Amino acid sequence: MIELEQVSYGYGAGTLLSEISLKLAPGSFHFLTGPSGAGKTTLMKLCYGELIASKGRVTLFERDARQLTRDDVAQVRRRIGVVHQDCQFLDHLDVAENVALPLTVSGRSLSDESELEDLLAWVGLSRQRAAKPPELSGGERQRAALARAVIMSPDVILADEPTGNVDWDMSLRLLKLLVELNRMGKTILIATHDMNLIRSAKAQVQARVLRIANKTVQHAGADL
Amino acid sequence: MNARLSKLLHFVAGDAQADRVVPPTGYTARLTVFAAASMAFLAVFALALSLATGRLADRWGEALAKSSTIRISAPADQMDAQVLAVTEVLATTPGVKEARPLSQDEQRALLEPWFGPDLPLDQLPIPRLVEVIEDEEGIDAEGLKARLAGEAPGAVLDDHARWREPLVRAANRLRQLGFVAIVLIAALAAVVITLAASAALSANEQVIRVLRLVGARDNYIARAFVRRYTLRALSGAIVGTLLGSLAVFLLPPAGDQASFLTGLGFKGWQWLWPLAIPPLAALVAFLATGQAAKTVLQEKR
Repeated sequence: MIELEQVSYGYGAGTLLSEISLKLAPGSFHFLTGPSGAGKTTLMKLCYGELIASKGRVTLFERDARQLTRDDVAQVRRRIGVVHQDCQFLDHLDVAENVALPLTVSGRSLSDESELEDLLAWVGLSRQRAAKPPELSGGERQRAALARAVIMSPDVILADEPTGNVDWDMSLRLLKLLVELNRMGKTILIATHDMNLIRSAKAQVQARVLRIANKTVQHAGADL
Repeated sequence: MNARLSKLLHFVAGDAQADRVVPPTGYTARLTVFAAASMAFLAVFALALSLATGRLADRWGEALAKSSTIRISAPADQMDAQVLAVTEVLATTPGVKEARPLSQDEQRALLEPWFGPDLPLDQLPIPRLVEVIEDEEGIDAEGLKARLAGEAPGAVLDDHARWREPLVRAANRLRQLGFVAIVLIAALAAVVITLAASAALSANEQVIRVLRLVGARDNYIARAFVRRYTLRALSGAIVGTLLGSLAVFLLPPAGDQASFLTGLGFKGWQWLWPLAIPPLAALVAFLATGQAAKTVLQEKR
């Protein structure tokens, strides 16, 4: 589904990631951890075609990322739901419009308007559907971002520090939503430096932990 | 053709939901409307100038081409005989519709601006003038000159060609300059709208990033901006064209003896010409914004 082979990436003259190999199999659940600045976000961006590897090969749905045109990347993004740490919304649209944005840009529509309501209810944002993103709390923004990431029913969900700005209860709630998605067959990759969150996942799902250290990915080995 | 029309109609009708992805406000929006309105206003005047100078060139050309003057210089005792000889020649010349010697009063009126009202014409050796009005076919100037040389040696034909040509040439050049002005205005509109669209695209970097994140194609993003700027240019140009046309309409009316300035404006079906300005402005905006969007989106890869 998503595969990195001997991938390196650097900003300017420095190398941030060096000869990383990684494979996200369908239905798998991975955590990506490591200290701040280690390259978690960069690795995520390589996984959804935002960045192109300096060396090595990134394969997204059986296609070499380097060969993808911008339209191809757009097509790939419809199969990958991304939850950013800073969420990234269109502030002039309300929550419901932001959540439905992937459908809007792909020219699709929900078969039933109640599906959007169900999705908003699933993430607990029914009452905030008409609010603008700046009016939301950190946790609400993260849940809205998650709803937007899944509305196209993507094959893969990449979440970059989804619990970075929320309290512990909200972290658990977001984790639960991601676990539910994994049970539906979605492939999940969560970047986090919150080890407590990883431990909490242990009881709910079989996840592998990848740790970025010394510019490369180390498989933590034991399943949680 | 039907597919193109359908595409055009789809573009004009737009997608209400898609239109909302671009923030509706911003100074570039007002700038675009103002620029389009101003350019359209100026274009109306440039168009009016072109059409007026065209009419002027035609009028000068036609009026002067259809008339000529014969000047007779002779001793006082031969003057009447020569005038008679000239009118007889003209009476049998093909292409002459009407010919008549100017009366003393008419010649005095012609000279009055230079010599005052009490000019004793009968005491001065002033040449007599014979006005010749030509029919549609016109006269053979060279043939007439040859006949006059034989019948009335003191008569000289002036067919106005000497000073008609530079006037018509100048008017035609003015007409061309008017069209050049329209092209320059269109180019300037394209530049202003391109700058405004580029600024808007740059100011909306976050919007572009989010749209790409959720799988928007560049065409979709570009279309949202292009449609918006095209419609803004169209609305601005409609306002500018209306105001420009109104201003032209309110210019002092042209009389029969219209001078250059009072003749500026549209006549009859020419009032339809300004209607072409708003669609032209929209087309310029469409192409300019499309190019700007393509460039900016490629840069933001």
